Amino acid sequence: MKSISISGTPKTPTVKFDAETGVIEIKGRSIPENSIEFYKPLVDWLEEYAQHTAKLTEVNIELEYFNTSSSKCILDVFKKLEAVYKNRKDGLGDVIINWYYEEDDEDMLEAGEDYQSILKIPFKMIEIEE
Amino acid sequence: MSFNLQEWYDNMNNDNVVFSFRGAITAELITDVLSTVEQKLEEINENPKLKKKVYNVLVEALQNLFHHIDIPPDKELLQLDDRFAIFFLSKIDDSYRITTGNFIKMEKYQILKDRLDQINYLSQDELKSLYKLILNNEEFSDKGGGGLGMIDIARKTGNKLKYTFFDFNKDYNFFSLEVIVN
Repeated sequence: MKSISISGTPKTPTVKFDAETGVIEIKGRSIPENSIEFYKPLVDWLEEYAQHTAKLTEVNIELEYFNTSSSKCILDVFKKLEAVYKNRKDGLGDVIINWYYEEDDEDMLEAGEDYQSILKIPFKMIEIEE
Repeated sequence: MSFNLQEWYDNMNNDNVVFSFRGAITAELITDVLSTVEQKLEEINENPKLKKKVYNVLVEALQNLFHHIDIPPDKELLQLDDRFAIFFLSKIDDSYRITTGNFIKMEKYQILKDRLDQINYLSQDELKSLYKLILNNEEFSDKGGGGLGMIDIARKTGNKLKYTFFDFNKDYNFFSLEVIVN
């Protein structure tokens, strides 16, 4: 399955989705006015990925800012991954979400905890030291 | 006496203003404004936490304008652009104040007022629950975000959303929103 690799812009994040390694990364800033446009291909990719996942899907989210428009789309991304996790068996389909937040950025930590409480996937909160 | 846009603008435009804009709100403009404000906050060595909060609130406030403004009436007469809006970023002591102003159709008055009153009424915990409820709900407004912007602003600042509806004419109000970030 083809990987996704999108360079970041002032308003959209750097995205790397690799079906072979199972590494899913969204980094930078996600503040586009129309987030659905940006995230739809990513959500579609995950839908296909769910048919043949890597043994472990490691999701690295490292966002400096994201707007409320993105927050819904990010949840959609997580929901696709939740489906993978729910269907895991025989050592396949495990998922971990690494939620990175900058030192002292309580808002970003809280945002990660919000998602953690809505979803049934293991989350790890990782503080980035300045 | 009916609302006078220039007067309102002049009243707002004082020495405390760090940055202001009046004109058409486009995606490109928002990108430029955010970049300029970010730079300015860095130049004055603003506290990183405060800088982040201001930036976050600015994103939501400006994108609210982007998604929800109405085309002003008599725009040629008033020499206004399509997507016309005004905003100010002011610094007062250790706090920042973000003020936005835009025209809005009269028919939206009650819904908007009710929403703001509701948000102002809720505690931080209640706002968190409401945010998560809307976030996790299948409905999604066609403008994206589904009404989370104002809640997010209230959550991040911990302050009330101060608003005024000015009568402009029988079909339109001028709506101003003010938020303190500290």
